[in-house]
Amino acid sequence: MKFPIYLDYSATTPVDPRVAEKMCDCLTLEGTFGNPASRSHAFGWSAEKLVDEARANVAALIGADPKEIVWTSGATESDNLAIKGAAHFYQKQGKHIVTLKTEHKAVLDTCRQLEREGFEVTYLDVLPNGLVDRDVFEAAIRPDTVVASVMHVNNEIGVIQDIAALGRICRERKVIFHVDAAQSPGKVPINLAELPVDLMSFSAHKIYGPKGIGALYVQRKPRVRLEAQMHGGGHERGLRSGTLPTHQIVGMGEAFRIASEEMAAENERILMLRNRLYDGLRDMEEVYVNGDLEHRIAGNLNISFNFVEGESLMMALKDMAVSSGSACTSASLEPSYVLRALGRPDELAHSSLRFTLGRFTTEEEIDHVLSQVRGQVERLRELSPLWDMYKEGIDLNSVEWVAH
Amino acid sequence: MAYSDKVIDHYENPRNVGVLDKTATDVGTGMVGAPACGDVMRLQIQVGDDGVIKDAKFKTYGCGSAIASSSLLTEWVKGKTLDEARQIKNSAIAEELALPPVKVHCSVLAEDAIKAAISDYQAKQPVD
Ligand SMILES: Cc1ncc(COP(=O)(O)O)c(C=O)c1O
Repeated sequence: MKFPIYLDYSATTPVDPRVAEKMCDCLTLEGTFGNPASRSHAFGWSAEKLVDEARANVAALIGADPKEIVWTSGATESDNLAIKGAAHFYQKQGKHIVTLKTEHKAVLDTCRQLEREGFEVTYLDVLPNGLVDRDVFEAAIRPDTVVASVMHVNNEIGVIQDIAALGRICRERKVIFHVDAAQSPGKVPINLAELPVDLMSFSAHKIYGPKGIGALYVQRKPRVRLEAQMHGGGHERGLRSGTLPTHQIVGMGEAFRIASEEMAAENERILMLRNRLYDGLRDMEEVYVNGDLEHRIAGNLNISFNFVEGESLMMALKDMAVSSGSACTSASLEPSYVLRALGRPDELAHSSLRFTLGRFTTEEEIDHVLSQVRGQVERLRELSPLWDMYKEGIDLNSVEWVAH
Repeated sequence: MAYSDKVIDHYENPRNVGVLDKTATDVGTGMVGAPACGDVMRLQIQVGDDGVIKDAKFKTYGCGSAIASSSLLTEWVKGKTLDEARQIKNSAIAEELALPPVKVHCSVLAEDAIKAAISDYQAKQPVD
């Protein structure tokens, strides 16, 4: 076993060696280094061919037409292009946007910017399991709503929203529907030929491709219009100018191709490991899973160990790389806004750990993680005055805390 | 974020973890912080007839820096008079542990904890 054990696959993934190899072939003089936009020589043509293949591979995994794929630098840029691009283009029809409180910052901050430009944004609460209530979503849509943006898979708690149902509501109400799907390809089947989705954001580095490349799906029939955010040489049909990074695109294409072939078996294996992890922890006292367990990707376990603070637990778990919703991991001293949106008390947000498993996680690693986590939670509870009080039967909500 | 060696040492080998009898008249208890804020410190001191702190114990719910701040504080206050202990400044704790700016609040909490423990002890003493 190699330490530390990587269990933060939702933050980013290592590049699959098969992907890295393909990328390396696009860099040097001997490789396909040409500018895909060069029309006058073979260097350009061969690069363009690789870009087309990659576009087809990305489109194939998500049931789209290759012409519907626009390359970007990642899901952050895709979210910006989709939401700002559609809001700006359709603003004569209205200036209202609907989204969720549990969205990634790439969506939330883009919406904040649009608010500064005069748009109005409704940030919807979610149910305690992390899913948005369909009726609440529908009720939020107004005659002047132009865009709704809902993430497919949540990056912190791994829950899967019912995109098909929400999309149908948007179609009926003639609202452009954007989905941030940075965390879902290769984990949840996506068939955009049938899904009522207008715009969908993707990223390569969550699916064993490189960082710095992503894509935006822009539906062609009926055609969705966007105002470009990046101007220049008119690449990507004018929607996103900038020389195409062949090696990055080839990496993303190969990552998506591998996922198409392997995702079924891979998810089965990862789910087995996740269940092994959860089964090994669930009998402990005062342990809570955050987010729905059924509507959830295989690789995510977000769990709170009550009366133990998340950052100190991570510090104890030296052998592994995980993340926490604890405030102490962020400069703001605010615990995870996603866990708060579930209505979790702040102390449970402070006590949370996110384990995200992936392609290279092994059973041996999970067993090691289990024994470490159990031991360290016990050790830190022995250090915790809250655990003492809980054991004495004191209701912590009845205590008057001297907050600072 | 990297932790200083001293924080790691106190975190891995915390000094004076435990509980003193909070009902005893020679024991002062200070509990500060709140679970919702992510840290709670309970610091207890046992004071001799000569006004010197004989023993100190703590338990802390919080990040590694909070645990280290309270552990260090229990070491420092032992053998000090109440007046001396009251003079301990959070900046000294932050400096000793090389706390980064975002963790300075942990040392503030430790200073609050010793002050609260001293007040609690003094409130228990008969006025003469
Ligand atoms: C849900 C979600 N949206 C957007 C992003 C941003 O993606 P990228 O790093 O490709 O910009 C991420 C990843 O951090 C994410 O998890």
